[in-house]
Amino acid sequence: MRLQAPEHTVDFTFDGRRIKGVLGEPVAAALLANGIKLVARSFKYHRPRGVMSAGSEEQNALVTLGRGAQAEPNVRATTLEVAAGLEVWSQNAWPSLRYDVMAVNDFVAPFLAAGFYYKTFMWPRSFWEKLYEPVIRRAAGLGALSGENNAETYEKAFAFCDVLVIGAGPAGLMAALTAARAGADVILADEDTAMGGRLLREHEQIDSRPAREWVAEVLAELDAMPNVRLMTRTTVTGAYDQGTYGALERVAGPRMPDKPVACFWRIVAKRAILCAGALERPIAFPNNDRPGIMIASAVRSYVNRWGVVPGKAVAVFGNNDDVYRTARDLVVAGVKVVAVIDSRDGEAVVTGNRDDVTLGGDYPVYMGAQVIGTKGRHALQSITIRHKGGTRTIKADCLAVSGGWNPTVHLTCHMNGRPTWNEEIASFVPTPDSVPGLVTAGACNGTFSTAGCLSEAAEVAAQVAGGLGLKPKVTVPAADDAAYSVTPLWAVPGKGRKWIDFQNDVHVKDIKLAAQENFRSVEHMKRYTTQGMAPDQGKSSNVVALAVLADATGRGIPETGTTTFRPPYVPVPIAAMGAGGQGKGFAPQRFTTSHQASVARGAPMIEAGLWYRPSYFPQRGETDWRASCDREVGYVRNAVGVCDVSTLGKIDIQGPDASALLDFVYTNKFSTLKVGRVRYGLMLREDGHVMDDGTTARLGETHFVMTTTTAAASQMMRHLAFVLQVLRPDLDATVISATEQWAQFAVAGPQARTLLNTVLDQEIDDKSWPFMACGAVRVGGVAGRLFRISFSGEHAYEIAVPARYGESLFRILVAQAEVLGGGPYGMEALNVLRIEKGFITHAEMHGRTTAYDLGMERMVSAQKDCIGKTAAARPGLLGAERQQLVGLRAKGSDHALTTGAHLFERAAAETRENSQGYVTSVCFSPTFGTYLALGFLENGRARHGEVIKLRDHLRGISEEVTVCDPVFFDPTGGRARG
Amino acid sequence: MADLIALTPCAGLLPLAHGGVEMVEVLPARLMSVAPFAGQEAAVSAQLEAQIGAGLAPPNRRSGAVTWFGHGTWMIAGDVALAGAAVTDQSDAWAVVQVSGARAEDVLARLVPVDFRAQVFKTHHVAKTMLGHMAVTVIRTGPDSVEIMVMRSMARTLVHDLGVAMRAVALR
Repeated sequence: MRLQAPEHTVDFTFDGRRIKGVLGEPVAAALLANGIKLVARSFKYHRPRGVMSAGSEEQNALVTLGRGAQAEPNVRATTLEVAAGLEVWSQNAWPSLRYDVMAVNDFVAPFLAAGFYYKTFMWPRSFWEKLYEPVIRRAAGLGALSGENNAETYEKAFAFCDVLVIGAGPAGLMAALTAARAGADVILADEDTAMGGRLLREHEQIDSRPAREWVAEVLAELDAMPNVRLMTRTTVTGAYDQGTYGALERVAGPRMPDKPVACFWRIVAKRAILCAGALERPIAFPNNDRPGIMIASAVRSYVNRWGVVPGKAVAVFGNNDDVYRTARDLVVAGVKVVAVIDSRDGEAVVTGNRDDVTLGGDYPVYMGAQVIGTKGRHALQSITIRHKGGTRTIKADCLAVSGGWNPTVHLTCHMNGRPTWNEEIASFVPTPDSVPGLVTAGACNGTFSTAGCLSEAAEVAAQVAGGLGLKPKVTVPAADDAAYSVTPLWAVPGKGRKWIDFQNDVHVKDIKLAAQENFRSVEHMKRYTTQGMAPDQGKSSNVVALAVLADATGRGIPETGTTTFRPPYVPVPIAAMGAGGQGKGFAPQRFTTSHQASVARGAPMIEAGLWYRPSYFPQRGETDWRASCDREVGYVRNAVGVCDVSTLGKIDIQGPDASALLDFVYTNKFSTLKVGRVRYGLMLREDGHVMDDGTTARLGETHFVMTTTTAAASQMMRHLAFVLQVLRPDLDATVISATEQWAQFAVAGPQARTLLNTVLDQEIDDKSWPFMACGAVRVGGVAGRLFRISFSGEHAYEIAVPARYGESLFRILVAQAEVLGGGPYGMEALNVLRIEKGFITHAEMHGRTTAYDLGMERMVSAQKDCIGKTAAARPGLLGAERQQLVGLRAKGSDHALTTGAHLFERAAAETRENSQGYVTSVCFSPTFGTYLALGFLENGRARHGEVIKLRDHLRGISEEVTVCDPVFFDPTGGRARG
Repeated sequence: MADLIALTPCAGLLPLAHGGVEMVEVLPARLMSVAPFAGQEAAVSAQLEAQIGAGLAPPNRRSGAVTWFGHGTWMIAGDVALAGAAVTDQSDAWAVVQVSGARAEDVLARLVPVDFRAQVFKTHHVAKTMLGHMAVTVIRTGPDSVEIMVMRSMARTLVHDLGVAMRAVALR
């Protein structure tokens, strides 16, 4: 029911039913306005539940927004804004919200108390995962994800400020205003759609005017200041190190493609002022969970802010003066108040007036009274109270409950802080200095009057601004200064289930049972009962629960303590935290200059590091990758192949001590390398195992270019910087990556030089460019570099030009190669070519192999020291017991070998104990017409010629293979030199 | 003899504009990294001053054509011949874009964890930082514009990520 018919309405649906709502109001308000009280089924017992609160603390009114991939479960109807076409669905009910068959759980409730699952479903153990858990999960729970991929956009963002003010109620507005006027850079964040906090929801006066006018004035002033950023719909969710705060912003307005649904902010603030306010807590009385039983301040919010009346006959029950404020507001709005039940002692039934509280109408007040029962399955129909004159049943369709206020201390506890119990207000308040740089003001600090909030916030903000070196002025407007008086009432004695945690269906008896079963610590009680878990994290229930626990264990509340408050304060979608990371957004993509040309030829691209490289270049008629790969291997062995090798790391090393640096990091000598020559080098880690390999070219006396493997490029840069800064600061040398400057292509095969000479400005011959020569060349007038090196065993070169010319040169080289009977080759062919030659990659340099294992111990120079040299000589790293690099040859073309397979003696049982080694690389060699492999075998170098067994237990492959030298092809190396 | 055609790092990707924020490619004629050898900084700075009118900028700063580029390294937009320093041609190694417009800061705030407030990150300030998952160098070139340098191979991801952020900001 609405107090006034709204001017404009929009249509949305709830469980398919069309509802008229006001744009921007909470869905909960629209549902109440339309007389819809039953909005959800509870977690475990499927009890009918209705809207309880008017904020993000809502425990009952959780709904699913939308259908299909975009469906968002567990959205709080109290913060979800009404928009045209919104599709809202109830959760955890089947076949319908009104007739939910799982409500049978409620009738067997005595058997489903806390701890029931653990005790009941213990045997047989194997049934838990397969039977019990799935059944229980189906019967209990909240909303569910669709399981589909949601393409909607979320975003992450960063913000910085001098002062972050969290919450824009009276305290927050006053704090922001004071800090901003002093000149601080201020961010004011509030989770509501409009700023003002409770001033928008209560009848309060500031400067003898309605408080809302003051709010509007302050907001206008803040909005006009260039040093203030106002962030509505933004909940600060966590406090982290170094003044960093997480915040979730629900992006305003309709959803549309490319527009983020929500933004997860990281706000870095020099100082923060927490003005998060307080949450009103319920009271545990029998059957206190019926739709229509609401938090008193929420009832006022719906009436005062949204003009929505939750009932026609409202009763008010509480333990503090807010019961009269609630009754007054209802009467002013013209709503019938059937009873005020004040649990505190005082005069018996009073009508009309009590002390200084001005009442707007007549209703009975029951002092020292309590609600002891309620009726109405799908909506509240009546309440039963016990008062001094006896018991009485009162017809009511709404009951507003106030159990006192809990300051919202959450953020102050996110860095291991513990709140302090304040007996006077029967609540926890923040412990000062719990979060460095964060101070508190207003209701979250236990200061509940409007005047108190304003003056405290102004004072705190002035101190904060002063601490930042600013000169603040404090001007505090006059406001209501009502004292807050509360007499704790946690649970009403008597029979029946008295709900504490509505979201998890935990009631008083569950907590007593936990204590009885010796789960007396508050953290144990939480786990035993599940109280305080799930989306609301016990915002409303924690203090009541531990008060009940304190009572059950005979301790005081401060001794009982609280459970740990952890971020986030409200649920944050993973999609918001991981925004930008969907699909390919997970990592940057690095593309070579030849990428488009390769893709145009239909090459499937594979990731290597972050780079995309062509796997193979399919041609018409080829049915699988092997056919393409075999053809490309043939190009290189018989004609000429072209391959983009730009992805290999290229590190420019210069300086008077450049050669000394290389001597230190490589096992072999580079100081002896002649200018204009290239040398293959091996690098060890400090522990003596091989780190990386590659070639280094000497371009000048003090100028080298080191080539690293694609994947190890950044690791090598880091390693060299570490060596120069930490191990050898005495060396005068510089290292800088030049990987991206050059587009570099391997040109390999008997026709390599013929092809190159078609593009070089000046032709080369064997004399000017012998094997392992390097130097400057020109291509069409462009300065480039040429290296005569080979990763295929063929007569081969790598030619480099500045990257801007990369695509052009690649296309020219490929076109010319095709004329010569060759063409481009991809990673598959590259791998076959190097296996045939026994060249190693990181499949062999996998971190556990030494130079000795690889048969390269002679590359460790005896004439100098290098990183890892001493460690490589440790006992156990040399000798016949080591698994050594060998070649393995299959029996024939139909005998496939696999990597990861283990090696056994021919007659040995294929058990772990008998494994003598393993396979690291395999290929089908078109050159030999059989499968070849590289692997490591115990004492392998002495076993060439032996037939052993290869066994892949995973893939079920068993093959006999012949051990041989890892260099299958052209062992003398004549083809590369010739 | 071949005639090679040059392509820029962001060829076919830019310009791009959404909601008053524009992204264009910047094409310095030449980029040279300069890393002075031990004890040579002052001498190198003096040579630079003489050749291009600006010496080595302090860390996190740009001065003229000289941009601080990390530990002991500067990037020079221009051709220089220096003694006492490692000079490496990087003209083709970097994709350089300029993002400008009243909401350019809002776009960057979606991707770069740096305090870009005008009073903190002033014109000619330099930050070596991350843009999404990429290492970048960001330089403020004016009240509403910044220059971003990323490795050439990541140009497409840079433009994609900035484009997504620009559209998101424009739709707010």
